[in-house]
Amino acid sequence: MIDFVGKKHWFFLISAILIVVGIISLAVFGIKPGTDFAGGTSMTLQFSPPVEQAQLREEMANLGYDKATIQNAGEGDFIIHVTEITSGEAKALAEKIGTELNSHARITDYYLASPRVGAETARNAGIAVIIAAVAMLFYIVWAFRRMPKPFRWGTCAIIALVHDVFIIVGIFSLLGWLAGVEIDALFITGLLAVVGYSINNTVVIFDRIRENVSKHISTDFAVTVNSSIVETLGRSLNTSLTTLFVILALFLFGGATIHYFVLVLLLGVIIGTYSSICISSQLLVVWEKREWGALLSFAKRAG
Amino acid sequence: MSRNIYLLIFILALFGFALWSVVPLDRNVFGRQGLRLGLDLQGGSYLVYQADVTAIEPGKRDEIMEGVKGVIERRINALGIAEPIIAVQKQEGEYSIAIQLPGIADIERAKEMVGRVSLLEFREQDEEDWIPATGTVYGEELILSSKYFKENTYIDVDQYGRPLLIFEWDQTGQELSEQITGRLIGEQLAIYLGDEPLRGEDGHPIAPVVRSTIRDRGQIEGLSLVDAEELSRLLNAGRIPVPLGRWVEEEGSEVFEPEIPLYERTVDATLGADSIQKSILAAGIGIALLLLFMLLYYRLPGLVACLSLGIYGVVLLAIFKLVPVTLTLPGVAGFILSVGMAVDANVLIFERTKEELRGGRSLGAAVETGFNRAWTAIRDSNITTFIACIILFWLGGTLGAFMVRGFALTLFIGVALSMFTAIIITRTLLRLIIGSQVVTNMTAYGVKR
Repeated sequence: MIDFVGKKHWFFLISAILIVVGIISLAVFGIKPGTDFAGGTSMTLQFSPPVEQAQLREEMANLGYDKATIQNAGEGDFIIHVTEITSGEAKALAEKIGTELNSHARITDYYLASPRVGAETARNAGIAVIIAAVAMLFYIVWAFRRMPKPFRWGTCAIIALVHDVFIIVGIFSLLGWLAGVEIDALFITGLLAVVGYSINNTVVIFDRIRENVSKHISTDFAVTVNSSIVETLGRSLNTSLTTLFVILALFLFGGATIHYFVLVLLLGVIIGTYSSICISSQLLVVWEKREWGALLSFAKRAG
Repeated sequence: MSRNIYLLIFILALFGFALWSVVPLDRNVFGRQGLRLGLDLQGGSYLVYQADVTAIEPGKRDEIMEGVKGVIERRINALGIAEPIIAVQKQEGEYSIAIQLPGIADIERAKEMVGRVSLLEFREQDEEDWIPATGTVYGEELILSSKYFKENTYIDVDQYGRPLLIFEWDQTGQELSEQITGRLIGEQLAIYLGDEPLRGEDGHPIAPVVRSTIRDRGQIEGLSLVDAEELSRLLNAGRIPVPLGRWVEEEGSEVFEPEIPLYERTVDATLGADSIQKSILAAGIGIALLLLFMLLYYRLPGLVACLSLGIYGVVLLAIFKLVPVTLTLPGVAGFILSVGMAVDANVLIFERTKEELRGGRSLGAAVETGFNRAWTAIRDSNITTFIACIILFWLGGTLGAFMVRGFALTLFIGVALSMFTAIIITRTLLRLIIGSQVVTNMTAYGVKR
């Protein structure tokens, strides 16, 4: 039997590294807000014949849009985010760029959001994530109300959830720096869906721990938890695998509009599966056995 | 056993009905044809305007916004756009109006139409044409229009019970009306709404003959009650200025910027068609892989899962068509994701059944225990997804991004249906197969004994 609980310190270490890297990236590079959050205009330009991103960037700078975010969406498409311009101005801009680059540029997707709504959207998105976390905490506490200390179960699941969110946001901060990837309303949508999915996985394992505790399969809580993880391992991996099949197909063939939305889902399923197998239940054990001190000394040794 | 037969009949009937309603997709079922596609899939424009209602007393705002909606509807219909969706949204005391225009090419023209304030204009005949009737007040030539109506118009009935739309002129209006009706006695005075003549119940333009000079008040006859009520609402809205635009912050204070939308999105129809094609390809490949995996890994139960997934897909499509659910690109992702998650319930059950088989139970007992024990996990775990969907649905309502709601809705429906599929369909099919004792070889269930 694989000892998932025994290796918990290593899992915690891996997660800590991922989270710290994410936080550093957030602090240094921040996160690129998309049109939904920053306001302005974003549009998808389709060039035929195709042009180089560097050429486009140069031309945009020549026309005074040196602060524009340009993202390559593949197949000759570019997604451009600039300060607010009307659809008429956008059309003129596209024509101009097309002529200058000896190509023809067509706007296939034009989106304008008032700068004022951006702040509100960001606030609402934040509220949504917090409400989701609190609602799920309450739900898990309720679902495990017959267990001793149900609040503990809920907290551990939520820590795993926050862990997932931090890692994904960190990765997108890095992607923003490397590839100009922006965060929009769909990112938050994906994040919340992933949060639901990750908790879903955690609950299945917790459910098995609940069952095994009432069956008294071992006097050692760590052993009970580990057998629960191992017993549900087939299910955890298979479910994630089947979900990954469809998401991966969407990621590879689904087109540019939802590319990064699907990436959130993809990352979320992988990280969510990892955190439910390797983090949430282990936290439960640490808490149950009051091993917080041991955890700290391990951290010191590893550090 | 008989219970399973009834369930099987129910499942087959459900499947048959669903299949019949979606093949072909444009079959007319309960008045629904084809799937309703969002703007990102079929191309089109989406506009959100805020309304400046500060000049209107709070109690009347709801009614007036309904009037504004009517005005916009009428104007857009006049442009010949099929199925525009117009909705008034009220949030924290602020009103906004969201307009979806599927497949429109000329967004500039649509915006122009939306921005105008609704007015009834009185016109007189000039040979063949109808030209605005004007008079001179304080040395200025003015057109007689509903701009000079006093307070709100209202509906009354004459002695025969026919509806009348009553209006009163304000001071300028009185001057103008006196001059114009005095000049046009014995001639017709037509009423125009925008560029279109106002038509009565009989379909003819309303153009009464002026019999005497009118100063204070007038009435419009010949409208149906419904039209009169709508027109009254329109006028009450058009008369009182409700500028559409957006609030912006300028030097710390809120300023209303007219005619510029809060959100505007236009998706090219070719991009939409491309997105549909790509989604279908992605869904096809993803689901094919998934089915293959289920078959290879779970053998016979896997086959049963594939069958119930097939039923699941068809029923879900039928629900999308019949509700109808507007499919957006993220919505399609939600749909595909829900197929992946629908497998989850089956996987939970099969893994549990395998465990029970390894534990030495008989086939029938193992399946029953598998289902019963897996149920709590299926229920508890899906509820978290429901919570996420409900919060997303709320969030989507506060956004200009109509796509968020599409995702939340399809995922919610998908997950709910997946629970039903696993518990009712997969279970019934498996019970029937085991009960019939056609397949008793354990390797068919993926267990070595």
